[in-house]
Amino acid sequence: MAATLRPYLDAVRATLSAAMCIENFSSQNVERHNKPEVETKSSKELLLKPVVISRTEKEKVLIESSINSIRISIAVKQADEIEKILCHKFMRFMMLRADNFFILRRKPVEGYDISFLVTNFHTEQMYKHKLVDFIIQFMEDIDKEISEMKLSVNARARIVAEEFLKKF
Amino acid sequence: MEKFQFGVEPVTCHAWNKDRTEIAVSLNSNEVKIYKKNGTKYECIHTLSEHTQRVTSIDWAPNSNKIVSCGTDRNAYVWTLNGNNTWKPSLVILRINRAATFVKWSPLENKFAVGSGARLVSVCYFEQENDWWVSKHIKKPIRSTVTCLDWHSNNILLATGSTDFKARVFSAYIKEIEDKPTATPWGKKMTFGILMAEFGQSSDGGWIHSVCFNKSGDLLAWVGHDSCVNIVNAVNEMKVTKLKTNFLPFLTVMWTGPQSLVTAGHDCELLLFRVDNSTNISFIKKLGEANKQTESKMSAMDMFRGMDKKASTAKDTTKSSVHQNSITCMSIHTGDKENTTKLTTSGNDGLMVTWNYKSLEAAAGDMKI
Repeated sequence: MAATLRPYLDAVRATLSAAMCIENFSSQNVERHNKPEVETKSSKELLLKPVVISRTEKEKVLIESSINSIRISIAVKQADEIEKILCHKFMRFMMLRADNFFILRRKPVEGYDISFLVTNFHTEQMYKHKLVDFIIQFMEDIDKEISEMKLSVNARARIVAEEFLKKF
Repeated sequence: MEKFQFGVEPVTCHAWNKDRTEIAVSLNSNEVKIYKKNGTKYECIHTLSEHTQRVTSIDWAPNSNKIVSCGTDRNAYVWTLNGNNTWKPSLVILRINRAATFVKWSPLENKFAVGSGARLVSVCYFEQENDWWVSKHIKKPIRSTVTCLDWHSNNILLATGSTDFKARVFSAYIKEIEDKPTATPWGKKMTFGILMAEFGQSSDGGWIHSVCFNKSGDLLAWVGHDSCVNIVNAVNEMKVTKLKTNFLPFLTVMWTGPQSLVTAGHDCELLLFRVDNSTNISFIKKLGEANKQTESKMSAMDMFRGMDKKASTAKDTTKSSVHQNSITCMSIHTGDKENTTKLTTSGNDGLMVTWNYKSLEAAAGDMKI
């Protein structure tokens, strides 16, 4: 693991555990409704200041919190065109299956690659510290996954090119 | 310490009856369940289902043996036990159009207050001629959902905390049913709904999660989302003292002695604070930490099994505290605010714990009682 990754993930972990202090809260604007305040943004006193933690210009995490929900948006490092395409395809693959991931949001927040929406119903069903672990694990693995895919795409491209050039 | 697991659903709130043989709980649903203690177990003996949405708060009046419950369906019901051992609800005219969040009987049990998301407090009392509970509203200057309430021991003053970062003290004097109140350190003039005091700025601090008067009612403690413990002394010119802590936010606060405060919340632990004569607050210690066994050596098979099943090699996923999720409700089991011997907490993990507070406090050492 790179030397700068550890403090970055530690900062994200500390911020997430503090942000995940959420409770059941009925909407004070719409009768008999219960909505994630971080999405509706209907009362500004129920929102906390959003926090951005960034490792580099392209790699950052936005954590927005409110009284009953938090939204975590992750921008993944994309050094070149291949990584960009791979990242886009990979995130799209997951977000199409957002229902199976429980906390995944169907669309990322603008400027980020993937977003999670954690509400009080999730923290009631699951251990909070395990939810934090999951997101940290996700951030650790996503870089690895993308660079692995990039290597295999490159290797495959090389073999294809070799086979093709044999003809000449 | 006695533990009882109600199930996997969170316990929203709980309330004991007078002799602590029965407990009313709401398990994150639209029902109020009454459990009877049977040895170390609890058995469900009544299910009160009148609410149509989640019940948010319950209070059991010890002497008149009435239960009041409120929910996000904007209603509150007063339940009375009638002759053939069934609980009968009577509707309360709350006149609110948002969720009711918190309910509490006054010390004399002739009225109760309901906080709500309609940015007001309904103070309800029984009207003989119509045979129902009617309410009066305290509206100004509350700007957001009322999250917590506490009654002063004189049955008149009411402390509220709300998500507009403010803790307030109001007069809830209802001239139809009460004699004129005598002056208190909080003020002399006590017409209904008058704001006696207001604390907290909108620039710092957080949503108030819990407020608590001490026994005499001269000190008011409150905790909010900023992880601070705050106390105001009405006798000493409304002097506010504040202790910033590095714990996760507290959800509930309780006076357990003339100089001791217990808080609990998102840290899943009970924390003991001490208040000295000039209301300076100091942190003493965490109460009742479960000693977790040191991690034993893991066999290769365990490791691979863990990786296969849970995608982690850690053996144990539990926290070192007794509660495994946020503690949302705390009540005094035995004793009173001046001298507590047992406390009950319940939380989002579906667990209810009765703590032997006296021995825990004694173990904390330097506390003076």
